[in-house]
Amino acid sequence: MESLYNVLGFPILSLSIFLPTAGALFIWMFLKDDMAVRWAALAVSVATFIVTLPLLLFFDATTAHMQFEELHPWIKAFNINYALGVDGISMPFVVLTSLLTVICIVSAWTCIQTRVKEYMLAFLILETTLIGVFCALDVVLFYFCWEAMLIPMYLIIGVWGGKNRVYATLKFFLYTLGGSVLMLIAIMAMYFKTGGSFSVLAYMDYPFNFDWQFWIFLAFFIAFAVKVPMWPFHTWLPDAHTEAPTAGSVILAGILLKMGAYGFLRFSLPMLPDASQYFVPFMVFLSLIAIVYVSLVAMMQTDLKRLIAYSSIAHMGFVTLGTFMFTEIALEGAVFGMISHGFVAAALFLCVGVLYDRMHTREISAYGGVANVMPVFAVVMMFFAMANVALPGASSFVAEIMVLLGTFNPSSEAMLYMPFSMKWVAILAATSVILSACYTLWMVKRVLMGDLVKDEVKTLSDMNLREFSFFAPLIVLVIWLGLYPAPVLDLLHVSVAHLVDQATSSKLADAALIAQGAAAHLTGH
Amino acid sequence: MGETITTLNTFELLAIPALPLLAALLAGFFGWFLKEKVTHCITSGAVIAAAILSVDVFVQVFNGASFYGNFWTWMASEHFIVAVGMMIDPLTVAMMVTVTVVSACVHLYTIGYMHGDPGYSRFFAYISAFTFSMLVLVMGNNFFTLFFGWEAVGLFSYLLIGFWFKREAANYAALKAFIVNRVGDFGFLIGVLAVWYYFGTVDYHEVFAATVGFVTEGHTLSFLGWEMDAITFICLALFVGAIGKSGQVPLHVWLPDSMEGPTPISALIHAATMVTAGVFMVARLSPMFEFSETALAAVIIVGAITAWMCATIGLVQNDIKRVIAYSTCSQLGYMFVACGVSAYSAGIFHLMTHAYFKSLLFLAAGSVIHAVLANQDIRKMGQLRKYMPITYITMFIAALALSGIPPFAGFWSKDLIIEATMVRDMGWVSELAYWALLSGVFMTAFYTFRMFFLTFHNTDRVDPKIKPHLHESPKVMTIPLMILAVGAFGSGLWGVYVLDIANPEVINGFFRDSLFVLDAHNPLLKLELEEHHPFFMTLPFWLAIAGISLAYGFYFKESAMPAKLAATFPRLHDFLLNKWYWDELYEKIFIRPTQCLGQMLWQKADLAMIDKGIVHGGIIDSVASGAAKLRRMQTGMVYHYAYGMVIGVFGLLTWLLLKG
Repeated sequence: MESLYNVLGFPILSLSIFLPTAGALFIWMFLKDDMAVRWAALAVSVATFIVTLPLLLFFDATTAHMQFEELHPWIKAFNINYALGVDGISMPFVVLTSLLTVICIVSAWTCIQTRVKEYMLAFLILETTLIGVFCALDVVLFYFCWEAMLIPMYLIIGVWGGKNRVYATLKFFLYTLGGSVLMLIAIMAMYFKTGGSFSVLAYMDYPFNFDWQFWIFLAFFIAFAVKVPMWPFHTWLPDAHTEAPTAGSVILAGILLKMGAYGFLRFSLPMLPDASQYFVPFMVFLSLIAIVYVSLVAMMQTDLKRLIAYSSIAHMGFVTLGTFMFTEIALEGAVFGMISHGFVAAALFLCVGVLYDRMHTREISAYGGVANVMPVFAVVMMFFAMANVALPGASSFVAEIMVLLGTFNPSSEAMLYMPFSMKWVAILAATSVILSACYTLWMVKRVLMGDLVKDEVKTLSDMNLREFSFFAPLIVLVIWLGLYPAPVLDLLHVSVAHLVDQATSSKLADAALIAQGAAAHLTGH
Repeated sequence: MGETITTLNTFELLAIPALPLLAALLAGFFGWFLKEKVTHCITSGAVIAAAILSVDVFVQVFNGASFYGNFWTWMASEHFIVAVGMMIDPLTVAMMVTVTVVSACVHLYTIGYMHGDPGYSRFFAYISAFTFSMLVLVMGNNFFTLFFGWEAVGLFSYLLIGFWFKREAANYAALKAFIVNRVGDFGFLIGVLAVWYYFGTVDYHEVFAATVGFVTEGHTLSFLGWEMDAITFICLALFVGAIGKSGQVPLHVWLPDSMEGPTPISALIHAATMVTAGVFMVARLSPMFEFSETALAAVIIVGAITAWMCATIGLVQNDIKRVIAYSTCSQLGYMFVACGVSAYSAGIFHLMTHAYFKSLLFLAAGSVIHAVLANQDIRKMGQLRKYMPITYITMFIAALALSGIPPFAGFWSKDLIIEATMVRDMGWVSELAYWALLSGVFMTAFYTFRMFFLTFHNTDRVDPKIKPHLHESPKVMTIPLMILAVGAFGSGLWGVYVLDIANPEVINGFFRDSLFVLDAHNPLLKLELEEHHPFFMTLPFWLAIAGISLAYGFYFKESAMPAKLAATFPRLHDFLLNKWYWDELYEKIFIRPTQCLGQMLWQKADLAMIDKGIVHGGIIDSVASGAAKLRRMQTGMVYHYAYGMVIGVFGLLTWLLLKG
């Protein structure tokens, strides 16, 4: 067994994965009172957040090697291991997950009054599975967490959701499950092809020939595209978002969507570089649809959450676009975009939550003139609206500009199958500058601005300290990463460079050698 | 990354944008418990200090100092490195002084104008933050600091137009301004992307140094089968940004609507500073624009059409602020033409003089509006000179300056632009521009004095109810008017005789090497060398006099002529009154189709096709019907199951055998 790279010499990833579950068990067994449950859940989530912080502090940004590794045999018969590790691409998401979970728990403090205990348990278990997805280096473990995540999410929407929650949960469940089945098939295929390995890193090194890459890519594509979501697999998201409770939307937009894009980065690009290159025009096409078409749809929404959900899809279009340019700048932009979107979209859903808690409606037309009675809230919402528009100074701008720069100047591998210059793609994608302003600021105008005419709006009270407390860290992060993104980009550089290297080196030559070797072996008999 | 070159005090330079920023943060975050007086003292004090420091830097730069350097690396990825830094040269300091001086006057004026408004400290926070953004825009040393400032001024423009957010019209205007500006920013962004793509850097010095070599290498790119120089593509894309920000045709529609904002910001943002950012950008990038005849021609055409068209609209408008707003569009057109004919120094000179007399016009109009209780219709004014003498005199100075009457400021700069256009030979392009600008002079003088006479002379048409309220504005408002009046009177003389702006013998006069002009283009040099008939040299002056005389005849005393004229040409009058129907056109060709498309994609594609058609019709239904069929197999009879098992075993065995 090769030596594990773990500077801490201590299973910190396991701790951050299992601490929430352990806390959940404790709450489940020992606590009854709602208030005690809330405080305990908060304590557990804060503790988990603190546990994940050393990942940031002790991360070695000079190597693309997996770090904080752990490896234990799990099911020996099938060579399944409990293998964990993070690199610069996955580590930020672990921290993001633990941070957003804290925010989710605080945001649900008063608006969830029924089955508080179960709600908190669901969130803590969800946190375990989400961190598991980002840390897993064994495909079975990855798949296990990927699927296990569905259950708490299903419950969160199905039990605490809105009026139409049954439909939304069913749709959410079927879509993601449908994708996962194909992923399972792809995993099995890779397992047999590689001669019985479930190791993510082994798959990255194994020279699959083009046909294998092609079909595995397609199977993975559907699984990941549903999660991102990419057009035309996106229609579950607006429904899931509208019906989910606020915190559910936050985790959905903040983390769940990133799993799909993360899948492309961790699986498709490094394991299937030739297929990835082959599918560039297809992925670019779908990304452009997400940016242009979905933005237009977002513009016409009458439901606040649905609007932000569509806007999320549009922004994820930038992430997938950047992913398939195979240059450092574009990929860093994609990862940075995911992190930034985790703050901005989460904050916008929290804003809607603040309004919904008071008015119990998501209809944009029910609002108007909110700024008159909720000035502090208006400032916060305006801030995140501007971040959503990707104004310079906000983290989202950094992400968008990097993706656009990368698209303007893609790697030659990304151009192998492109019928026309990527410059036109960049120019089309840049229309987001106009479209995002249209839907976001029109929404702002209809919700915040205007005179007070509606009686329900007149009685609204401004945000309280608890509500402000979960916006404050997000505001700080959005500005900090907007004005000084260097620290986060520094974490990414080496890992992303390694990924670019993987995605741009063809496996076909090696695959051909193996095939010849196999032929020689056969004729030898 | 360039080396730091400095003969200026870095700390002083940093203080200039930092002071308004800090003041804005204080006023913004603590305004709710600070007294009005404290808020306005902090912000005004900071901006006045910034103005004094700017003047100090100006004097040092005038004597030959300069600065170039980076402060921190904003981001770095692969070969893409962007720093935050400053470049201080004559062009920068000219802008800095203009921005901070006008801003300081507007801050003072606001103390009186916004007194008692519930958003008092918010307003001060915004205008100070705006000042900061504008300073970043002009002081930055690369395309990204330019873009940062560019977007930030757009943000504060949006926030300030919609400042009175209870008013539907203000909210609408703010939204429109932001979105139309974003159309321009789209072009700008693509320009910046292209700069990085072709030059591998976004630093001004490095890009400018590489431009000559780049042009001789002859990079081209094809756009829909149309081959064009890369430098032309870059310049045109960047110029789209300038069109948006500076209210040029066809993106001018937001600027007149922006008048819904409080008047001080119309003076500061929508006359003196932000809208001139486009002109500044073209001048700043003169080392690139000079190498693209196509881009220069585009600049001239857009500028000339705007200068002429907006002047025609201004002839018939009845809202005092809209007249001035259209005049702003028109004057910005003059500045662009100046840049297009390579008389950048004349363009920036006009930008500076315009900043003083136009912000003065706005602030004086604000003073009038303040007196007549927020009425902006000049048909309901008249004879106001009796009540507000200081406003009257200062506005008179501004009107003369705008019309181009010597020795007032506008005369010097506008005359220079027109002469430069006359001598620069670019075929029909410069011909068109010359005649557009000349007829513009006549119209400018006419609409300015139409507004002026209707407001201060003519018959008294003020609503009797507000008669008792009529008064001169308080000192805090009139003093800034007087300061700006000094600028409106003297900045032209000062520019010509002290700064030597128009002197072609020294390269670009005052601006030295901060502007780049190819010798073959230089119209000011040509102007100096060639002899021209005095008739052409004095023509603009006589046209201005004619415009004023006509306005005098029509509007000084009550006259039936204007109404008669409007009745004779009702279609033309409506056409101009409705601003050439641009808004209606955009409503028809952009807004409605976009909404329809969005609605269609949502309802037809997303809901009907994907959700109902494929997901429900295809997948869910077939799963449901398949499940219903499968369910029928569960008959509960053992022999059915046994039969199935036998078939299954047979099937498996066969498959295994065949597979070998």
